[in-house]
Amino acid sequence: MRSVRALAAMAALSMLAFSTTTFAGEPKQGGILRMYHRDSPGNASIHEGATYSLNVPFMPVFNNLVIYKQDEAQNTMDNIVPELAESWAWVNDNKTLTFKLRQGVKWHDDKPFTSADVKCTFDMLMGKSQQKFRQNPRKSWYDQVNDVSTNGDLEVSFNLKRPQPSLLALLASGYTPVYPCHVSPGDMRTHPIGTGPFKFVEFKANESIKLTRNTDYWRKGRPYLDGIEFTIIPNRSTAILAFVAGKFDMTFPTEVSVPLLKDVKSQAPNAICEVEPNNVATNIIVNSSAPPFDNIDIRRAMAMSLDRKAFISIMFEGQGDVGGTMLPPPNGLWGMPKEMLESIPGYGPDVNANREEAKKLMQKAGYGPDKHLAVKVSTRNIPVYRDPAVILIDQLKSIYIDGELDVVETANWFPKIARKDYMLGLNLTGNAVDDPDQSFYENYSCGSERNYTNYCNKEIEKLFDVQSQETDIAKRKKLVWDIDKKLQEDVARPIIFHARTGTCWQPYVKGVTVMTNSSYNGYRYEDVWMDK
Amino acid sequence: MFAYLVRRLFLMLVTLFGISIVIFFLLRIVPGNIVDILFAAAGYVDPADKATLEKELGIDQPLVVQYWHWISGFLRGDFGYSYVSEKPALQEILPRIPITARLAGLALLFSASIGIPLGVISAVKQGTRLDYALRVVSLSGLSLPSFWLGLLVLTASVAMFGEMPLFNPNPQSFGEALATYCIPAMVVGFRSSALTMRITRSSMLEVLRQDYIRTARAKGASDAAVNYQHALKNAILPVITVIGIEAAFLIGGLIVTETVFNIPGVARFLVEAIRWRDYPIVQNLVMLIAVVVVSANFVVDMLYAVFDPRIRYTD
Repeated sequence: MRSVRALAAMAALSMLAFSTTTFAGEPKQGGILRMYHRDSPGNASIHEGATYSLNVPFMPVFNNLVIYKQDEAQNTMDNIVPELAESWAWVNDNKTLTFKLRQGVKWHDDKPFTSADVKCTFDMLMGKSQQKFRQNPRKSWYDQVNDVSTNGDLEVSFNLKRPQPSLLALLASGYTPVYPCHVSPGDMRTHPIGTGPFKFVEFKANESIKLTRNTDYWRKGRPYLDGIEFTIIPNRSTAILAFVAGKFDMTFPTEVSVPLLKDVKSQAPNAICEVEPNNVATNIIVNSSAPPFDNIDIRRAMAMSLDRKAFISIMFEGQGDVGGTMLPPPNGLWGMPKEMLESIPGYGPDVNANREEAKKLMQKAGYGPDKHLAVKVSTRNIPVYRDPAVILIDQLKSIYIDGELDVVETANWFPKIARKDYMLGLNLTGNAVDDPDQSFYENYSCGSERNYTNYCNKEIEKLFDVQSQETDIAKRKKLVWDIDKKLQEDVARPIIFHARTGTCWQPYVKGVTVMTNSSYNGYRYEDVWMDK
Repeated sequence: MFAYLVRRLFLMLVTLFGISIVIFFLLRIVPGNIVDILFAAAGYVDPADKATLEKELGIDQPLVVQYWHWISGFLRGDFGYSYVSEKPALQEILPRIPITARLAGLALLFSASIGIPLGVISAVKQGTRLDYALRVVSLSGLSLPSFWLGLLVLTASVAMFGEMPLFNPNPQSFGEALATYCIPAMVVGFRSSALTMRITRSSMLEVLRQDYIRTARAKGASDAAVNYQHALKNAILPVITVIGIEAAFLIGGLIVTETVFNIPGVARFLVEAIRWRDYPIVQNLVMLIAVVVVSANFVVDMLYAVFDPRIRYTD
């Protein structure tokens, strides 16, 4: 009898224990995620910046109308889910995009979120409101939007000049949060108010950024973390050592270079590290408005001299991608297939053969072993710019071009480019969204502010519009490939490589997803939790 | 003495006025301004937006007008607003000063407390193995860049103890507070202590050859009394001068040390402000440093009289 009682007691205790124990793998509430930040962002307003140094710490403060699923690595149209919107619909021959908004959402200062906030945000982005952003780098994203109209507090419509299916992709970017109407752009730069899973606490320039859990978040049970603290450590060696020493739970996303990753793995073997493309293309900008690069033969020869694999081998120990404007597959959605890519002059696998062709073009232009062309290769004074510029200069030697490195401070880079005071420039182009509309219109469209080389081809411009309106993905893809191929053949902005970078976190950090075709969209952090 | 003091104070003001002009115009000679950097960060330049922003920040005005606005504000204690954080410049600068002051103070303390005794020992034991060893140490202190030494200390700390002394604004224990400041202070003070040691050594050697030292020994004074009471007191004057100059130079070493140890002091903040061309921060901070350095020189001059009775400032 006594043994039966003991058995029953044990069973009861086990059941009690069972009911209070969290299953391994089941998310736990609590904890502060400690992360280092690579630099001090100029301000806290995502809409006024063009660097993911802003998105990483401040994306958790906000919500978008729609967002790329935060637990899916690849951004695709199918992965877009509603956030402040509950649903959306294309109407009026795909010229109106209507969103039904979520009810009961509150801003962090307890004011209710309504359709007026959405209208305010996009009117400001389109430059149509009284209040203005100090800077508005993505105004061109909304060139096809006529206006934004509201229908009551819970419905908002984007009325377009023509169909643009990819508008939804642009709205799903980390760069497209909804701002509150009642907070001025100036205040948003210093103390952002959002509806997101974390509330802004403080931003001490050059020191730290602190966020705390939004206990009134509309998505019940989220976020898991009590807060996120970013310590600003511009010195990369110090930051990595601090991560290795366990001072941080996570590195700054996509900031660990491939060679550094080896150090991390050897010193912190338990750390989880992922290396993914960040959709930042290293490319050459060519001043084709002045000699010698007004000569298409010299431009082509320069593009044909590139040994892209050598760049990737030296800088990333082989972990990088060769492609055109669009990020190559499988991570990229729109990149040309390998066979098509290799058919472009200079992309063929035989580098020596390419260079022989290039030499012939140089000789045609009057240069040869006895008469070298002297050029300045300008670039920003940042290692990710400087290092490939040095390799480029070395490779140009093979076709009678003697390059001289011209290192330019950040403050002078864009003014220099804008006044065309350069011959060749080594540049980095980050794509916020893996979508041709963002890439083509921003970088290659006639008159675009970020079309640094002023490349303008009216025929291609028409094709931009055709692909932009195409709703059939397969058809659009073929159009995009043709455009990309033509851009490379025109030496519009020769792409050297697409970089890959690493992100590491401690093994107890769960729910982290590193996105594979953009480094701007995956920082809501509401699904991240810590198993400790 | 009073007339000398007045004269020195007047000279201080003239020096500071000159420095203010140099700071202001040097900063404007550097190509690019905050607006260029903001647009560089945004990846585009819109001339209209740029002009609006320049007007908003007042950097479109003639330089003389800008200088007057700044210097009159500085004298009133109105430091303006940081272009970057849009917060009052004083609010940005003030909390960082104690951090750097603590670090600099500790570095100087380390420099003096290590450099002077070792310098004395090296001089007294001239030509011995100990002297050679100390001279090698001092030479390495002068040769090793502080950023390299800092990184070495951090790397060794992680490799040996699995820990690193990263700055913590709210240390939980005395040990943590000590590690927060002492290790970086030692790194930055190492170079300074090497210099102090070498100056102390050469000054001591000169003094130890003086007749009055021989007299003191002949009278039966102990070695300690001769070295520390008679010789050091007279040899310390050039050391004080060097420490005074080092205090001013320390800011350069602190920039690197604060960066490596990630200490949010004014030195690193100044570099960031220069990078952003944040004129209100740079101008006011450099001017404050200039005030401190000029005042420190003044105090050192006054200290000469205290330490060397032969020096008297007459009217």
